[in-house]
Amino acid sequence: MSTIEQEMVHATEGGHHDHHELPFIRKYIFSTDHKMIAKQFMFVSLFFLVIGGLLATMMRWQLGWPSEPMPGGMMLPDAMMAPTPNGAIMLPEFYNSLVTMHGTIMIFFAIMPLLVGLFGNLLIPLQIGAEDMAFPRLNMISFWLAVPAGILMLSSFAVEGGAAGAGWTSYAPLSASGEWTGVYLGQQLWLVSLTILGFSSLVGAVNYITTVINMRAPGMTWFRMPLATWALFVTAILILLAIPVLAGALIMLLFDQTIGTGFFRPEVGGEPLLWQHLFWFFGHPEVYILILPAMGIASEVLSNRARKPIFGYHSMVLAIIGIGFLGWIVWGHHMFMSGMNPLLGTSFMISTMAIAVPSAIKTFNWLATVWKGDLHLDSPMLYALAFVSMFIIGGLSGIFMASTPVDIYIHDTYFIVAHIHYVLFGGSLFAIFAGITFWFPKMFGRMMNETLNKVHFGLTIVLYNLVFWPMHNLGLQGMMRRIYDFTQYEYLAPLQPMNQFISISVFLLVAAQSVYAFNFFWSIFRGEKASNNPWDSNTLEWTVPSPPPHGNFPEMPVVYRGPYEYSSPESETDFYPQTTPPPSKPPVQALIPEPVTPTPEGF
Amino acid sequence: MTTQAMTAGRAPMPGMKVYNLKLGMWIFLLSEVMFFTGLIGSYVILRFAHPEQFAEPGQVLNINLTAFNTFLLICSSVTMVKAYAAIQQGDQQGLKNWLLATIVIGASFVGVQVYEYIALAAEGFVPIAEAYHAVGRHMPHDGPVIGGQLYGSTFYTMTGFHGTHVSIGVLCLCFTYWRAAKGAYTADSLGGVEIMGLYWHFVDLVWIILFTIVYLI
Repeated sequence: MSTIEQEMVHATEGGHHDHHELPFIRKYIFSTDHKMIAKQFMFVSLFFLVIGGLLATMMRWQLGWPSEPMPGGMMLPDAMMAPTPNGAIMLPEFYNSLVTMHGTIMIFFAIMPLLVGLFGNLLIPLQIGAEDMAFPRLNMISFWLAVPAGILMLSSFAVEGGAAGAGWTSYAPLSASGEWTGVYLGQQLWLVSLTILGFSSLVGAVNYITTVINMRAPGMTWFRMPLATWALFVTAILILLAIPVLAGALIMLLFDQTIGTGFFRPEVGGEPLLWQHLFWFFGHPEVYILILPAMGIASEVLSNRARKPIFGYHSMVLAIIGIGFLGWIVWGHHMFMSGMNPLLGTSFMISTMAIAVPSAIKTFNWLATVWKGDLHLDSPMLYALAFVSMFIIGGLSGIFMASTPVDIYIHDTYFIVAHIHYVLFGGSLFAIFAGITFWFPKMFGRMMNETLNKVHFGLTIVLYNLVFWPMHNLGLQGMMRRIYDFTQYEYLAPLQPMNQFISISVFLLVAAQSVYAFNFFWSIFRGEKASNNPWDSNTLEWTVPSPPPHGNFPEMPVVYRGPYEYSSPESETDFYPQTTPPPSKPPVQALIPEPVTPTPEGF
Repeated sequence: MTTQAMTAGRAPMPGMKVYNLKLGMWIFLLSEVMFFTGLIGSYVILRFAHPEQFAEPGQVLNINLTAFNTFLLICSSVTMVKAYAAIQQGDQQGLKNWLLATIVIGASFVGVQVYEYIALAAEGFVPIAEAYHAVGRHMPHDGPVIGGQLYGSTFYTMTGFHGTHVSIGVLCLCFTYWRAAKGAYTADSLGGVEIMGLYWHFVDLVWIILFTIVYLI
């Protein structure tokens, strides 16, 4: 081995030896280790999840008890609340900011970084048998771009005029000029923050795609990859191609606001509809960015906890790819009411309904996976089953609004609010709970407390449905979304009791999350110690210590089979790790050739 | 027994036979394609919707100047190829010389673009919709109004984003030159030069499209 080769080996495996020598700041703050970056993303986005939830509770106060003094409202500044002798009443402008920031924070700063930042970083290298991401430093930059983006977004609450108030979709011309919303700097901060965050996602996506294509271990063929990795791979492609379009639109809108260009301003000839097209051209792939990784996580957990191979592995993969592809040609279904040629609307309607096919393939495969399985109903499984059931409800209400005639009636009502929360909370967030609980031992080397998790699950599934199911009814009765005080309309005033019911359920739902939060932090320090493979799983991440050392795999793993060989007759146990050699073929590590490293990277 | 047999006949090492840096650059360029597609698509839509807001080719924009600038940028692609060819032969001095030529020509492109902006702004052709007024190089002073507010908005945004990409490219070229001066690249280790070239050629290609649809059509 020449000196150069030795240096290369040292460069690629150097982490092993230097691990204990890394100073605190390199290990915990400016870390390039994918597992640490995953944890960083997790803590930051869980923080934003809490913020987003608190914003929602304030909105629900106003909706349950319109224009009545909000408890604790006196603590908020006068720009948000109008003080009265009895307490502070929420201002309409602040309500608009709450609507906007709740959506923005939950989608861009909580769910997306949890699914992509946390699970993408944690799972991709571990599940394909790589020592780290292809570009560890870019990975660190990705996280450290997301943090200032989050700070900018939160700081917009403190500036004059308050935070952005044009909705998370920021439709022009409402968003293009502060004249309409009274928000100037807040909207600009919103645009700058999302542009920075977009850059962060883009850097991450380049990293994930390169890693999955190029860094797989020997024997890890495309169709031996776990479905979580498959889903994250397709998600990364969606991010790669969708985010730049959003970035372009955000910058054009920022120019409209700051230097006075006219892209989206009709008074100088601009086209507000252009914003909608650009936004939803990004926005619909974004919907699948938010659900595909959740589907992947659920597939892992369901197959493992049912001790059965996933039903129809290939069709699952093809369905992921199919959803990823169809996601590009359906954006117009968000714009049926914006003025669209009916023929074009019909084609968008048909392409949208076509997505039901791959989605149904996945759903039936999940059902067939758990059918007659050896079900282990522990908390990850419960969360995953909740994901499947809530996703079915959310998916079915999606079909309602895909059909143009129905959508004309329910457009911009609480039916839409119910739908998005069934897929995003009931779908994505339950899968996130499943994933965090399932991979918690791999992240921290300890198990989460099972009893507390079951308490949390029971409370959440019940309260969650009490919150969001009645919203379907509110929508069908004509209550519009993003409304400050619906009681101003006589026909909506009778809906106040139902709104109060929803609000009380939301307060309890938010409170119930403290069980999970307590369990999370308690288990990090006091949880029961976990073995390498507490779930008897097959995939590669469970062959290494919990938590895995820097560099992950002590030696290059060799993969012999797909990831879901549970209860295989070939194996003595009911699981059959991907790295266990077939009985007739003993492991011959010495015969494995040196990994073929392509041309060295002289960067 | 070989690894092939152990992994059921599959390739021992999956993955493309392309090093990570190059693959990553190609993937990044895909997203750049989408970025410029968004910008160009918006331009096309706005122009079709409001043809009266856009001037005829050559009425406002100076095609000759920009054609020269386009020529400059194409030349810089050639010098970039020469730089890569030099290091493929192990010629470090040649690499440095051609990189320097690319930097100088690339920076000149940006310089000419800045000059063009200043000249156009002096005529009242600005991106600010409210400050825009009638402009026209070949028109008599009392001639009709040429173009509208959207013309300025789209022109400066599209060419400005391209100019930003060229400027970033020049900075990266300077970094590559600095590395080359330290002798970091050899005939076996030239990934940095190759991906720099990929980015540079991409920026060049985008400009040819932009030049065609913004200036010539």
